[in-house]
This record gives sequence, structure tokens and C-alpha cells, in this order.
Amino acid sequence: MVFIRTIIAIFLLVFTALLALPAGAQEDDSALRQAISGLGAEKGYSKLRQAIDVVVETGDPRGARVLDALAEGDVYRREGDGAVFIVSGRGKERNLIDPVTSEQVGTIAKSELKKVRVNNSVRRTVRDAIGALTLGAKDPDIRLSAVRTMIDNPDPDSLDVIATALEREGDDDVRTALEQARAAAILLSDAAVPDKVAAIETIREMGGQEALSLLVRARNAAGAEMRDATEAAIASVQKRLQYWSLGQNVWYGLSLGSVLLLAAIGLAITFGVMGVINMAHGEMVMLGAYTTFMVQEIMRTSFPGMLDWSLPIALPLAFLVAGSVGFAMERGVIRLLYGRPLETLLATWGISLILQQTVRTIFGPTNREVSNPSYMSGAFQLGELSITWNRLWIVVFALVVFAVLLYAMNRTSLGLKMRAVTQNRRMAAAMGIRTPWVDALTFALGSGIAGIAGVALSQIDNVSPNLGQGYIIDSFMVVVFGGVGNLWGTLIGAFSLGIANKFLEPFAGAVLGKILVLVFIILFIQKRPRGLFALKGRAVEA
Amino acid sequence: MNRIARKFGFIALGATLTATTAMTSAHAQDETIKVGILHSLSGTMAISETTLKDAMLMLIEQQNEKGGLLGKKLEAVVVDPASDWPLFAEKARQLIEQDKVAAVFGCWTSVSRKSVLPVFAELNNILFYPVQYEGEESEKNVFYTGAAPNQQAIPAVDYLMEEEGVERWVLEGTDYVYPRTTNKILEQYLLDKGVAPEDIIVNYTPFGFSDWQTEVARIKEFGSAGKKTAVVSTVNGDANVPFYKELANQGIKAEDIPVVAFSVGEEELAGIDTGPLVGHLAAWNYFQSVENEDNAKFIEQWHAFTGDEDRVTNDPMEAHYIGFNMWVKAVEKAGTTDPEAVIAALPGTEVPNLTGGTSTMLPNHHITKPVLIGEIQEDGQFEVVSETEELVPGDAWSDFLPESKKLKADWVDLKCGNYDTEAEKCLGETAMAEPAEEEATSN
Repeated sequence: MVFIRTIIAIFLLVFTALLALPAGAQEDDSALRQAISGLGAEKGYSKLRQAIDVVVETGDPRGARVLDALAEGDVYRREGDGAVFIVSGRGKERNLIDPVTSEQVGTIAKSELKKVRVNNSVRRTVRDAIGALTLGAKDPDIRLSAVRTMIDNPDPDSLDVIATALEREGDDDVRTALEQARAAAILLSDAAVPDKVAAIETIREMGGQEALSLLVRARNAAGAEMRDATEAAIASVQKRLQYWSLGQNVWYGLSLGSVLLLAAIGLAITFGVMGVINMAHGEMVMLGAYTTFMVQEIMRTSFPGMLDWSLPIALPLAFLVAGSVGFAMERGVIRLLYGRPLETLLATWGISLILQQTVRTIFGPTNREVSNPSYMSGAFQLGELSITWNRLWIVVFALVVFAVLLYAMNRTSLGLKMRAVTQNRRMAAAMGIRTPWVDALTFALGSGIAGIAGVALSQIDNVSPNLGQGYIIDSFMVVVFGGVGNLWGTLIGAFSLGIANKFLEPFAGAVLGKILVLVFIILFIQKRPRGLFALKGRAVEA
Repeated sequence: MNRIARKFGFIALGATLTATTAMTSAHAQDETIKVGILHSLSGTMAISETTLKDAMLMLIEQQNEKGGLLGKKLEAVVVDPASDWPLFAEKARQLIEQDKVAAVFGCWTSVSRKSVLPVFAELNNILFYPVQYEGEESEKNVFYTGAAPNQQAIPAVDYLMEEEGVERWVLEGTDYVYPRTTNKILEQYLLDKGVAPEDIIVNYTPFGFSDWQTEVARIKEFGSAGKKTAVVSTVNGDANVPFYKELANQGIKAEDIPVVAFSVGEEELAGIDTGPLVGHLAAWNYFQSVENEDNAKFIEQWHAFTGDEDRVTNDPMEAHYIGFNMWVKAVEKAGTTDPEAVIAALPGTEVPNLTGGTSTMLPNHHITKPVLIGEIQEDGQFEVVSETEELVPGDAWSDFLPESKKLKADWVDLKCGNYDTEAEKCLGETAMAEPAEEEATSN
């Protein structure tokens, strides 16, 4: 994925470089070439940073491409003559790309190349340098990201550059960003007080974590006359951030709640509806996650272009795999233990250990890598809230699964039979329902849903044999709290526990937060033994 | 010539075969020396410990190819304590009493080590412990080949302070004895260095924690105070993957807020898409990417032994490599496998490590090691960005904690693991056992 991103970045840079190529560029080649060759010449990171500055001083946008490749670790020095190249490809033979013309100039054995090593400080230098080089790019998005780096790392020396850029700039978004960058730079410069006050106002309007960071830095640097104005601006930004942090907690709570819901919803059927204490529930989730891993491996080796489709393909497969294991479990073991909860508990516990060790034997004890497809990577900004795509998709997915399950239980014939059997087994049998098969199918459905949850959880958690263990307690907690036998209770229970947990966490810490939630549930169950939404009527006593 | 070479090859192959059969043979003969391997092969810790069992089997096989030890073949006795701390003690007892092993290589978590300590003391056998740990311990029967805090945590913090100019610190850890003790030492160290208390936050999460949203948002917020911020992570095991995923998703880059980890090695990275992690740091005493002949040979042998070119090597494996070679040398020097004689012979033993230096066993039962800081690369390997010029001797009792500053471990002259230099007396077992018990139950 990073590879693709790099390709896109390089493509954009090349594109802008080509557009920005002035008519008389040919004769500048030697200067740029010389500057670039400096990248491979020096030893040590501080020398390398100086060499980067030399490239920046050429002012040639094509330099940005080399620097970007450098930050990605694609720049190599040829052992023989010390010439610097961008290198692509994997394996023993690598492609040499000329850093100036971007044309492929041949291939070379890997052993003849020496990588130009970079560390974090070099990457920082590169990032700032690319900002400076791409400020004049044609694409407003590239200009915008260049300006954003300037806001993050304000430098009073860049005020002139910003002023020239502002004169030329036509795009409104970039103009606003440039003005913010100017304000940030003014705050750290020795400008007059009125200028600085105006700058503080601009930054205050910008708002957010970044503005706070800039203002705090300005306060530490500012003299006494500026202190009050900065403090006021800081207070105002902080107040806004506080509201947003409330929203953030709610969102995190919903997101945790959706994970709990996914983990628990299968159990809401096997334990909630059927009353089987299924300790192997977590392992069904794990099987789903491993199915995802298998699907992704096959996609990776056979259909690399369709990697993004691996999750939709894994969903039905995970349902089938976990569902059939559940079916086999019900037919083979649990069927014989109905009405003996303690034995069921022990037997399913044993099955969970068997499943774990089987997976460990087949796939090894180490974590397996399941990568996020592109639509589930990264985050987007909603005001001051940064919402990660994978969490958003999981919330949506959990609700969809819930809706489908609710429909299946209430509107389909299988759902009707399930409810009939759990409410009054003998009556249902008398009506001609084959109760043993309904039991098996219900258990398979619950297990299959757990498998689907595994597909989603593989995106945020480890795919290891222990995956399921982490969720089993939480799942029981949610089902018991929500009310056994009630899907809506599971939904409300999952989200309220998620939100409660996330509001406690910032104050109490993750460990104590969880303890407090558990204590709360214990007290709650004392008061209402049947959970939030208790089933009423005769069915309960059956 | 060719034929001779081929013949020789056959003999070597034969030797290997006999060695393997001897190892796996149930009817162990009297002329073998038994070596115990006490690593979890099932349960939560199997993820880390299985590799160490394989590494030990490889080392023993190689020693047998070289002709064994004291004219006898070595025989590995593998047991599975199943990540169950009390079971570690039972299995250790079984290894020593029933199988009569000459030494045991094993344990990973500090709780498992604490749980076997009384067994080794009672039956007077030897344990080689290969994992970086929190220090504050020195036992007569235990040889610590992993890093003490001064061989890992302190140099890493120094690097961040000097090279990255870090002024604000987040100490993020899993809630158990190793992170808590390490963070206690680090916090004191940072305060001594003049870091203001409000520039440090310490946070703990449970084992296997997977919902890092709040923690990462907090780190982000803490890092936006206009001072360079870094995270020192003692997050252990499975919790690391979701932690790094969340960092990447919330857009925290290593250039902005670097994370230096003490429990993340090549093995752990094998389960993560490392692209977004490039530039985050880890501090160890060995990386697979270290370039020298011994290491290249070791990696080649490892790939041949496991039959898998993708298997990585890591720091605790190197610790076992050093520990095993030290034990072999000490046995040869003592001329017997009798634990008492070997324990006496071990301090002062020198063997080459895999980073190009020579590690020495110190009188406090810790060893000298180089400290390497590496940045995560896209291929899941580390690139060394800093290395100590000389080997750092392991310090059993931290100099940065007031209660342990005055303590000294020396099993050669003082014959004591916790000698109080102020009171000039050996505190003995009582003083050592108390914190150990308390920590063991907390897990």
C-alpha cells in the first residue's frame, strides 16, 4: 500500500516537475546533477542534511522527486563510481533510474548498490525541503500540502517566500493556509506588537490542536506585552477543543461499542436465545479472522490487483467456515449436553483450547499480517475530530449485521422456528418443527455471525490464535448486561458499555476504567438480574 | 578430491542424523548431557517463546556436530509450561529432579522467572534467562543474558534526548512488573536530567489491549504543546499491533512523535504492515540487520535449520546464543557439568556475540552487551542509527532508584546478590523475596 502511495506521490511530483519545467531547463541539469551527487558522497546524517539543503538551493522542482525517494529509502549509491540513482524493483536485479531525467538507465545487481541511509531527522529535513520546492507547483493540492508543512514548522526566515507566494496565489484554500503560515511565522519572528496581535487572531480562528501548539510555542517565546493576548487566545482555542473532545469520547465510545456488538452478537444467539454457555465463541471469531488471512494470502499471490476485494470475499467464507464448525460442534457435543450448563461450559472450554492449538499448529504461534484495504486506511477530519476510516466502516458494518440478523430473526421462517423452539420446545415439536435441526441451525447461525465479526476484527486486532480469548469475557458481559435473549438489549448494552468505558478512560486510565465498568455491571445485575431488557412472560420460566 | 569431499559430506550428514536421533530418542543413554528447555509452546506466550525453543535445538545440534561436550553428546529435554506461571515452577522441578538436566534455558516473562526462582535455589541448578528485564534482581542460580535497564532503556532515552531533542515524554506500558519497574527507573532518570514533572505522563493498559483510540489521542494532544515529544513504549506482546495501527491511522508519524519500544523486535514486526511505522525506534542489543560474518553465518544456519528463508532472528535468540556458548565454555573449564562448579566457572567467561564484540559474564551474573538503537524499515527490519562505542556492563540494581542505589551484586568475592554497601552486609533472601512475591501475585 505504501508502495502504491509512493508511486502516486512520485507520479504527482514527476507530473508537476514536467509542468514546471522551464524552457531553459536543460542547462540547469548540471547544477542539479551536481547537487544530487552530493547526497551519496557524505557520511553521517548531519552531512546528508547539508547535502539536502544544497539540492533545495537549486530551486529545481525535480529535486523534490529525488528527495521524496530519499525519504522512502529508494535512493542508492553505486559502489563503483559513487553515482546516485533512484532504484526501483525488488529482488536481486534492481532498476536504475536517473535522478534528474527520471528515465530508466539500466539494471544492476543489488550487491553493487549501497543504500543512502536516512533517519528521522533526515526525513524531517526532506519534508520541509519538499515543502519549499513544491510551493510553486501547478496543482493546488500539492501547494496546499506544502503550505501545511510550513504551518507545522514555522520559520521567520520564510516570510519573504510566503509573501511572494501570496501575491501569486489564486486558490482560496491555499491563500487562507498561506495567511495562517504567515501568521505562524510572524509569531516567532521579531515583528511589531500589532502585527503579532493580528497574527494571534488568525491562528485563533484556525483553531484545533495545531493552533494550540503554535500559540503555546509563541507564549513561551513572547515578551510580557504579548502574554495576555496569547493566553486569551489559548484559552479560547482550548475551550473549543474541550467541546470537541466530548464529541471525540462519544465517537470512540460508539466505535468501541460497535466492536463489542460485533463480538457479542453471535453470542446473543447461542447464549442469549439458545441458552448455551459457549466458551468457544471467541474461537469462532478467530476462525473468521484466519479465513480473512487465507483469502488475503490467496489474493496476494494469485490476484494482486484485487487485494482490496479480499474483505467482501472473506465475509461469506468466514460465515461458512465458522458456521460449519459451529454446526459440527452442536451436532457432535453440545446436543448431548442440553440442560447441563456446567458440563456444556467445560466441554466448550475444551473445544476452544483444541481449536486454538489446532490453529497454532497449522499457522504457527506468531501473528499473521492482514493488511487494511485502501478504503480502510487513514483518517479524515471532521472539525477537530479525526475519524479513522477503519473504525467508521466497522461501526457501519456492525449496524448492518445487526439489522440483517434482526430481520432474519423476526421476518424469516427460520427465525420464526428458532423463536418457537426456544420459547416452548414441546409445543414447537408438536407443531411439526424438527427441533434438533433448528437447534443446530441456530447454533451455526450464531457461530457464523461470530466468524463475520472476525473479518472485521482482523482489521484492528492481531490475527493470532489468542484473538478470541480477548473478546469472550466482553461478549458475555454485553449479553448479560443487555438482557439475555434480546437482540436490542445487546445493541444498547454494547454501545452504552463502550461509551461508558471511553468516558472513564481519560480520567481513570484503561485498567481502572475497565474495573469500574465491571463493578458497575455487577451492581446492576444485583438490581436487575435479567439485564436491561428482560424477557417477560411465561417463556422466561421455561 | 571431489569424491573425498562428497564422502566427507556423507559422514557429516551421518553425524547429523545420529545426533538428531540421539536427541529425539526416548531411551536416553547415560553418556548424554541433558539440557532443559523451558519455553511455552502453547498459550499467550507461545508467540515469542516457540522461536527460542527452536533456536536452542539448533544450538544443541550444532554443538553435537562439533563433537558434543566433554566427550558426550548433548540431549535437549523440551517441556511446555503453556504460558501458565505456576506450571513453570512444576516443569522446572520436573526437568531438574526427574530428567536430571545440567542446566535450563528458559522463561520469558518476569512472572515466569520469579515463579521458578525458588525451585532453582532449592535444587541448586542453573537457569539462563534470555530476555530484557526490569533488573532489581541477582540470583546465584540465574544468569541474565538479556538486557538490564541500563543496557536498553537508559541509552534509548539518551538517544532521543540528544539526537531528536525530545523534551516531553509519554511512558506507555502494559500493566505488569517489567513496565512498571522500568518506568519507575526512567521517570526518576528523566527527573534527574531536569525534565519537569508536567512533561512526563505515565500510562498503563491491560494485557492484550486492543482499543487504543483514547490513548493515542491523548499522546497526540500531549505532543502538541510546542515541545518535541516522544513515546517510550514498554507495551508488551499482542497489544503492540493495534497500538501501532492506531498510531498510523491517526496520522502520527515518526518524524513528529517517535515511539521507542523495548519489546518490539523482528519477530513482532512480522505480524504488522510496517509501511506506516517506518522511522519508529526500538532499542535492543542485537538486530538481524547487523552486518558481520558471525551474524551472517548465524542467520544462514537458522534459515537452514528451520527450512524457511523468511524466519527472522531476534535479540533473545542472540542472548541464548551467548548464554549457551558461555555455558559450554564454563563446563569445559570446570571439566564437569556439576552446577556448583559451573556457576563458579561462569563469571569471567568471554564469548563472541553476534554484533562483532565479545561479551563477558560479570560477577553479578549479568553480561556486557552493546546497545543498539534501530529505526523500523519498510521490510520489517531495523536500521541501526546509534550504537554504543563500548559494551555496556549489565547493572543488576539500578543506580537511579534510591532504594537500590546502595545495593551491589557480586557472586565471586562477596557471594551475595544484594550486598548493602552502606550497611556493609548481605541482605540475603528475606529482602529479595518480599517485592518478588508482591509482583508475582499482581499479575
